[in-house]
Amino acid sequence: MKFGIMVSEGPYTHQASDSAYNFAKAALEKGHEIYRVFFYHDGVNNGTAFTTPPQDDRNIVNRWSELAQQHNLDLVVCVAAAQRRGIVDADEQKRHGKSGNNLAPGFRISGLGQLVEAGIQCDRLVTFGD
Amino acid sequence: MLHIINKSPFENSTLDSCLRIAKSGGAVLLIEDAVFAATKGSAAESKIKQAMAGMKVYALQPDLAARGVADRVIDGVTLVDYAGFVDLVAENPKLQSWL
Amino acid sequence: MMDEMDMEEGGVVKKFMFVNRKAPHGTIYALEGLEVVLISAAFDQDVSLAFCDDGVYELKKGQDTKGIGVKNFSPTYRALEGYDIEKLYVEKESLEARGLTEDDLLVDVQVLSSAELGALMDEQDVVISF
Repeated sequence: MKFGIMVSEGPYTHQASDSAYNFAKAALEKGHEIYRVFFYHDGVNNGTAFTTPPQDDRNIVNRWSELAQQHNLDLVVCVAAAQRRGIVDADEQKRHGKSGNNLAPGFRISGLGQLVEAGIQCDRLVTFGD
Repeated sequence: MLHIINKSPFENSTLDSCLRIAKSGGAVLLIEDAVFAATKGSAAESKIKQAMAGMKVYALQPDLAARGVADRVIDGVTLVDYAGFVDLVAENPKLQSWL
Repeated sequence: MMDEMDMEEGGVVKKFMFVNRKAPHGTIYALEGLEVVLISAAFDQDVSLAFCDDGVYELKKGQDTKGIGVKNFSPTYRALEGYDIEKLYVEKESLEARGLTEDDLLVDVQVLSSAELGALMDEQDVVISF
């Protein structure tokens, strides 16, 4: 079955991203397809490469990047929500004249249409948030 | 329809709203802080028991265990792990996360 | 910036319901939820909006945000008609619990009982709540 996932909260403060990750992993293990993971609201903060948690804690951002690499996942960060919260890729850096970029590997920045499109294409859309 | 709830019933009215609005015959899955609603002797117990008359109630076992309450789950609440969560989503053509 | 037009799917029409359960201004969910609704209009889907719990405050007449220095996006709900989004449902119990009536709302809506709203939710293909 084809699943879409939306993550609406950032890492660490809320459990949403952990729950979504555990769900995604279990779905993949069962042979389902994850069509897209869409990060919205503060969820875009799951896509910052600058995250540096303590050694003994999980690295939520790297975990998503690794899962994306292993399973060729489409991790999409909403552009409008990302701009508000300072999540920037190299293109956005250039366009807005920012001093750096911080989008983590395996993530891409795109429009909100990607969420609606996931709703159309997927058999199920599961949201994790606050 | 599968209704997913993630808020503690003691600080938030999401469970009440879901049980008020959701059409009977569906399923409710309690995850994250919502698992406290599935515990015996709590003020939410009567709500869950009432809900079970018309809905199937599930709770995510890893979230119960993480909070130290896996040993006091209300009889009739079905425990699932993440694989069971995935199965519930696959079995129910419609679902809603009550954020 | 948005690529939703490229993503438009020929022929697939799903019933999308956006469920608004949070008050405006205190958190960003109502505003960013409305942004999703506006984008969804480009996909020619069967879109409806439900307002329950504190979400009914999103539609309250007379919002004046000058004093808090944030954007008043409430007039946008009146513009939804121009996007062919005309199915707005408000839960009666939520209105009554807040001492509000239909006359307090800034746009025409259909007021439904909890049971009627629940039945309508059950008919949707995709339910996204903000």
